[in-house]
Amino acid sequence: MATSDTPGNSLLSALPGAPEINPFDGVDFNDLERSLRRPRTLINLVLCGLVAGMTLMALVPLFSVIWMLLWRGGKNLSLALFTQLPPGPLEQGGGFGNAILGTMIIVLMAALISIPLGVLSALFMAQAPDGSTLASAVRFSAKVLTGFPSILAGVFAYGAIVLATGGYSAVAGAVAVSILMLPTIMLTAEDAIRMVPAKMKEAAIGMGATKTQTAIMVLLPTAFPGILTGIMLAVARAAGETAPLLFTSLFSSYWPFSGHQLNLMQPTASLAVLIYNFSGMPFKNQVEMAWSAALVMVLMVLITNLLGQALSRNQVRS
Amino acid sequence: MSDASTISQAPSRLQRATDFAFRGLCYSFAWLSVLAVFFIVLRIAFAAAPAIRQYGMGFLTTRTWDPNQEQYGILPEIWGTMYTSVLALGIGTAFGVAAAVFLSEGYLGEFVFSILKIFHVEFHPFWGKLPERMEDILKNLVELLAAIPSVVYGLWGLFVVIPLIRPVCNWLHLKMGWFALFGTDLSGPGVLPAVLVLSIMILPTITAISRGALVSVPSKLRMAAYGLGATPWETILAVILPTAARGIFGGILLAFGRALGETMALAMLVGNANSITLSLFSPANTLAALLANTFPEAEHKEVGILMYAALVLLGITLAVNMVGAFILQRASAGSEGGK
Repeated sequence: MATSDTPGNSLLSALPGAPEINPFDGVDFNDLERSLRRPRTLINLVLCGLVAGMTLMALVPLFSVIWMLLWRGGKNLSLALFTQLPPGPLEQGGGFGNAILGTMIIVLMAALISIPLGVLSALFMAQAPDGSTLASAVRFSAKVLTGFPSILAGVFAYGAIVLATGGYSAVAGAVAVSILMLPTIMLTAEDAIRMVPAKMKEAAIGMGATKTQTAIMVLLPTAFPGILTGIMLAVARAAGETAPLLFTSLFSSYWPFSGHQLNLMQPTASLAVLIYNFSGMPFKNQVEMAWSAALVMVLMVLITNLLGQALSRNQVRS
Repeated sequence: MSDASTISQAPSRLQRATDFAFRGLCYSFAWLSVLAVFFIVLRIAFAAAPAIRQYGMGFLTTRTWDPNQEQYGILPEIWGTMYTSVLALGIGTAFGVAAAVFLSEGYLGEFVFSILKIFHVEFHPFWGKLPERMEDILKNLVELLAAIPSVVYGLWGLFVVIPLIRPVCNWLHLKMGWFALFGTDLSGPGVLPAVLVLSIMILPTITAISRGALVSVPSKLRMAAYGLGATPWETILAVILPTAARGIFGGILLAFGRALGETMALAMLVGNANSITLSLFSPANTLAALLANTFPEAEHKEVGILMYAALVLLGITLAVNMVGAFILQRASAGSEGGK
């Protein structure tokens, strides 16, 4: 084999009588080298740096929020915060035990409203034949609710529950929050049910199971991790919502009991509203308490979120 | 014979009845969730009806809010809602799309890989997984921005952002006060802190949807551009971004819808001043913040007026969201067809 300077020569010289043409004539090989002195490559590098810098800058607020929560909120964290009632103006000490309990009660009630409604509607959507008008109407209304401003859920619950029952209550807050939970639960549950392998469903029907038996014994258990993920995400969102609670469950400085009985029809404290109210007060104790409450709330939200994401990993996929 | 009948049998009458009942239940719950949306819209509309009759369209175009004289107008709030949302959308889009490109191109993974290469551990069973892990962590961090409740952002804005930017803003006002955007000084809550916090809150929406659109661009387009000799960034700017443009635009519209309806951070940071202003440092008001601040103490008469304001907000956000969802649906249909 003849060795040559350029790779093209060996191929051409195989043809007898062909003129010696070098296809790389006039090409400066140094010119093909990647050089930062050329504007094209320089712009490429600059833009890479710019995008990296902007992404990092976008994360600065996140670290700042987390740092402030840990520092200002963690500083005053004590057991008393979880067991005592909110302090009055100029009072020292106190806690937000009633607000934690109130948030839990409201979110639990909201979940009791939105989970059955969301999961069964999702089951209907996933089972409906293609082109079913009702199924696409349900999907459309879920999409509309996804972008529904949270304050309007509060306005609705005020009009529908507070005015009708004659007072602010935990129930009204729960109704408002459940509207915001519904689309998340519905859309994730529909996805999860659709993910169930078709052969499992067909096997159940082949065994002679009714549609209900198929749904309850095959579809729902298989899709359960996915459905639970949606529920967890919705609960996490609900626990942090403030706007729908402002004028539905209002706020209260007392435990949500009358006598020894849980009373759901009276104004109820929640962590989110406590943060809002206390952040605007001119008293140092209240402001510090708002930060501690924010830390507790963010921890609750994040833990629920992480649980939901962990559950979605062991999902069955077709 | 008896074995066959125990293994499989026709549904009993009870099973048929439960089947019928359960399917009926699913059907009615599906109807219920559709009707719930109608009921919500109608409930707000009916509550607003007396105010609509009394104040008509003038409500949208006048600027006094005086309960004593029974004079109401929400022009400043409409202006404030639009002004803060558009500004926040500008900042959020720039940073959100940048982050989406950074995440979809896998720059961080490449960077970590090249560092590992220096230590010759790039295929090590533990260290070799690091680039992928770092990408995942970064993606989760951006998503974490969306998990923080808006009232916490409000608290953070009140005690971190405002003290931080106040000296800069007041210096700008002092030096360039003739410029309309810097026309007043920042005495506390105002448009700029609200816009900054709002842009952080909508950034994850833009990033998540844009990233999805960028990732779904067929890779043969990228390969073709590289084959023609384009640099990676020439490819991104001339091929990838234009191909994903519709999806990105849909995401921006959905983020706009979120910004318009966002309540708590604005109620805490925008200052609740009933004025129309161009200045970035003066207090203003938005529709959602007006509802949040006025509703708890509203008289019965005022509630009707606020319901009218809520209806206006509902109309604006629904329109923006529907257009956004429609564009996204067409974008995803288009990218599937292109594959």
